[in-house]
Amino acid sequence: MLDVTTNPESKAQRAQQDEPILTIEGLSVALPRGADRPFAVENLDLEIHRKETVCIVGESGSGKSVTAHTVMGLIGATQLKPVAGRIMFDGADLLQMPPDRLRALRCVGLSMIFQEPMTALNPIMTCGAQIDEVLRWHTDLNATARHVAIVRMLEEVNLPDPERIMAAIPQQLSGGQRQRVLIAMALILHPALLIADEPTTALDVTTQAQILRLLKNIQQNRGMGMLFITHDFGVVADIADHVIVMQHGRVVEAGRAEDVLLRPQHAYTQALIRAVPNPKPKSRVERQDAPVVLATSDLGKTYATRPLFGAPRKITAMHGVSLEVRRGETLGIIGESGSGKTTFARSVSRLIEPSSGAIMFEGTNIGSLNGEALRPYRRQIQIVFQDPYRSLNPRRKIGDSIVEGPVNYGIGRVEAIDRARQLMTFVSLNPEALDRYPHQFSGGQRQRICIARALAMEPTLLIADEAVSALDVSVQAQVLELLNRVRREFDLAMLFITHDLRVAAQVCDRVAVMSKGEVVECDSAQAIFQRPQHAYTRSLLDAIPARHWTFGEM
Amino acid sequence: MTNSLNVAPAMVVETPTKRAPSALLRGLFQNPAATIGATLLVLIILVAVLAPYLGTLDPTAIDPASRNALPGSVSTLDNGVGGERSYTHWMGTDSLGRDIYSRVLYGGRVSLIVGLSVATLSLGFGLLIGLVAGYVRWVDAVVMRIMDGLMAIPSILLAIALVSLSSAGLGNVVVAITIPEIPRVVRLVRAIVLSARQEPYVEAAISVGTRTPMILFRHILPNTIAPLIVQGTYVFGSAILLEAILSFLGAGTPPEHPTWGNIIADGRALFRIYPHTLLFPGIFLALTVLGVNLLGDQLRDTLDPRLAKRI
Repeated sequence: MLDVTTNPESKAQRAQQDEPILTIEGLSVALPRGADRPFAVENLDLEIHRKETVCIVGESGSGKSVTAHTVMGLIGATQLKPVAGRIMFDGADLLQMPPDRLRALRCVGLSMIFQEPMTALNPIMTCGAQIDEVLRWHTDLNATARHVAIVRMLEEVNLPDPERIMAAIPQQLSGGQRQRVLIAMALILHPALLIADEPTTALDVTTQAQILRLLKNIQQNRGMGMLFITHDFGVVADIADHVIVMQHGRVVEAGRAEDVLLRPQHAYTQALIRAVPNPKPKSRVERQDAPVVLATSDLGKTYATRPLFGAPRKITAMHGVSLEVRRGETLGIIGESGSGKTTFARSVSRLIEPSSGAIMFEGTNIGSLNGEALRPYRRQIQIVFQDPYRSLNPRRKIGDSIVEGPVNYGIGRVEAIDRARQLMTFVSLNPEALDRYPHQFSGGQRQRICIARALAMEPTLLIADEAVSALDVSVQAQVLELLNRVRREFDLAMLFITHDLRVAAQVCDRVAVMSKGEVVECDSAQAIFQRPQHAYTRSLLDAIPARHWTFGEM
Repeated sequence: MTNSLNVAPAMVVETPTKRAPSALLRGLFQNPAATIGATLLVLIILVAVLAPYLGTLDPTAIDPASRNALPGSVSTLDNGVGGERSYTHWMGTDSLGRDIYSRVLYGGRVSLIVGLSVATLSLGFGLLIGLVAGYVRWVDAVVMRIMDGLMAIPSILLAIALVSLSSAGLGNVVVAITIPEIPRVVRLVRAIVLSARQEPYVEAAISVGTRTPMILFRHILPNTIAPLIVQGTYVFGSAILLEAILSFLGAGTPPEHPTWGNIIADGRALFRIYPHTLLFPGIFLALTVLGVNLLGDQLRDTLDPRLAKRI
C-alpha cells in the first residue's frame, strides 16, 4: 500500500483506506504503423480499490487484453508502445519503472493469470517446481519453508492432495486444476492486485463457476484488488463491482456493475447486453408429425491403441447414444468438454466411423457404409465447424469453396455459381464477394460463408458443431438468427452441438445432455431448462454465470 | 433473437492483404544475405552456362609441355590454323597439363546439373510418396519403415553402394544421390500432410463429397509448396557436395569428366606442392553451397509464418 510517512499531508492519511491500489490515468497504447487504427488503447482511466473487482468487458480487438498486459509490463516484446498516461501502483508509475524493479514487483505486488492454463504453465516442469520458482526468485525462504508455503497455498485454492499436485506435470491435471495451480502461483506472495485475463474462458461451465467462486473468496479474505478481463456478461454480472466497457480501444461506458448492466447508457453497451442469449427457452410447437430424418441407436465409439509392447488400451468416447431428429427440428446436444458431443457429430457426419450401433438416415444405416456407397448420403448431411478461421481453405476463393460440393455431384459450374450468389444474399453477404479470399472476411462473415457452403448442398440435416462458440457475442447473435432463418426457410433438421447453455436455450427445440460419452437426459428444451431431472443437468444449469439475469429481454 | 443488432455491419469486405509474389520477392531481397546468396548463385550459373565463351580451352585437352603450371603462367598453344598463340592459365594447370580454369568452369555445369536434377527428382518423388503416406494410413506404416531404413544408412555410404551396383555415369550418380535424399523430403511432406488433414477445411471438403485424390491435390498439396521450395535449396546444396565427395572418392562421375570433385581428386596427390589444383574448384564449390544456403535460409524465414516476426 501507499507509504504515507513520505507524505505528511493529513488529507492523504485520511484517504489511506480509500486510496486506490491501482490508478490508470489517460493511458494510450499505440499500435504499429499500418494497423487498422492508431491506438490499441486510447485515453483509458480506471481505479481499483482493495476488495474491489473491476471488469473490463469488450469484444475481440477492443483493447481489453492490451490494457491488462500493459499494466503487467508484458508488452515490451511486442510492437505495442504506451505513448501517454500513467499507471500508478504503490506510489510509482509502472510505465516509468526500470525492468528489474518491475520484475521484482510481479507476484509480490501485482500478479496475473491467463486464459489458457495449459500454455501458461511449463509443460515439462512439475507444478510444485513452477510455484517454487516464484518463491526462490522473490524470497529467502529455505526449501522446507517454501514447501510448507506451497502446500498451504494449494489448499487455499481447494486442490485436494497438494503433494500429488506438486509432483504432477501440467498435462496430468484437468483444465480446472491447472487454472487453480496458476492462481496458486499468482497469489502465493499475497499480491495487492490480481489481473485476470479471461481466466475462465477456456474452462467448462461448471469449472468456471468454481473458479469464479474461488477467486471471489480469496479476494474477500485477502482484501485484494482484481482487474478482470472478460467478454462474457454473465461472468461480469457474477463478479464485477465496477464495469468498464471497451470498444475499438476506447472506453464507451464505465460505472458500477448494477448501473451498467441494468441501465446501460451507451448504445454499444445496450446492444452488447441485448445480444447475450437468454437462458430461458421460448415455447415451441412440437413437430411430432414430421418425418424422422436421423435416428441413431446405441451409437458408440471406442478408440483402441495397440502399442508394440504392453497391453492395448481402450478409450470410450461415446457409448449407447440413441437420439432422433425430425425435419424442421433443432436438437441441441450440450455437455462439457470430453462429454462425447463432438464425437457424436463427427460420427453422424461420417468423418469418423462409429465402432458400434446404427445411424439410420432416412431409413438407411449409413454407419457402416463407406466410399462410393456413402457418397449420396454425404451431400445430405452437412456440417458447420467451430473455427471460422480454419474451416475455409485460405488459398481458395470463397466462391470456389462454395461451389466445390455441387460440382462434385455433377452440377454445372455456371449453375452452381448462380446458386452460390443467391446463397450469399441469403446469408447477408455481397454476392460480388465470391471471388475474394477467406482472409478478407471477419470471423462472423466466414461462418456465414461456411453456412452458405453447407446450404449449397441442399442438405436434409445440418450439423452445427459449436458453430457460434468462437464468435463475439454481437456476431454470435447474428449467426444464431441466420441459423434460425435457415431452419425455417429450408425446413431441414438441425443438430446443434454447443457447450453454451444460453445459446442452446435460444435455438433448440429439444435438448440432449451428454456427460462422459452418454446421454443422461433428453427432453424438450423447456423441460430441460425448467424441470431438469438428472443431477448433472441441474449442476450444469446452476453453473450458468448470472443465470437469473435475463439480458436478452432488456 | 429478434433483435436488430447493428454492432458489426453484416457486409464489410476489407481491403486485400494477401502477399503478392512481387511483395514476397521484395521482402526476400530486403535482406542482404538473400541478395548475396542469389547473386552468387546467378553468377555461378552464368559462368557455367557461358563456359565456352569465357576464354576457356577444351577442359579435357592434355598438354604435356605445361604440367602443374602455377596460376598466371603463360604457354603457347596451337591456334588451329597452323600458327601459335599464347594462353594464360589463370588458375594454372593440373598434373596432366589440363587448364584448371576451363575445367572448373565446365565442371560447374556438371555440379549444377547434378544439384538441379537431384533436387527436382527427390522433391518430386518425395512429394508423391509423402502425400500418399500422410493420407493413407496403411501405406504410411509400410513406407515410413522403408524410409527409416534408408535414413539409417549414412547417405555417402548408400550413394557409394548404389553407384557400385551400376556403371559409373552422370545419370547413375544422380540416382545414387537422389535416393538417400528422398526419405528426408518424404518425412517433411508427410508431417505437413498429417497436420493439414486435420484442418476443418479438409473435413469440410470430405463432407461435400470431394474424392480423396482431389482433396490431396487441391486442399493438402498447396500447404507443402513453401516448405518444399526451402527444402529444395538444401537438397540442391547437399547434392552438389555429395557429388563432389563421390567424385573425390573415385565413386562418382568417370574421371575424364571435369567435375569439381574430380578436379579436387586429381589434385590430391600433389596438393602440398601445387595447392592451386585444389584451391580453385574448392572455392567454387564452397561459394555455390554458400549461395544456395543463404538463399534457402532467407526463403525459409520469408515463407514460414511461424518464424516470421509477429506484429
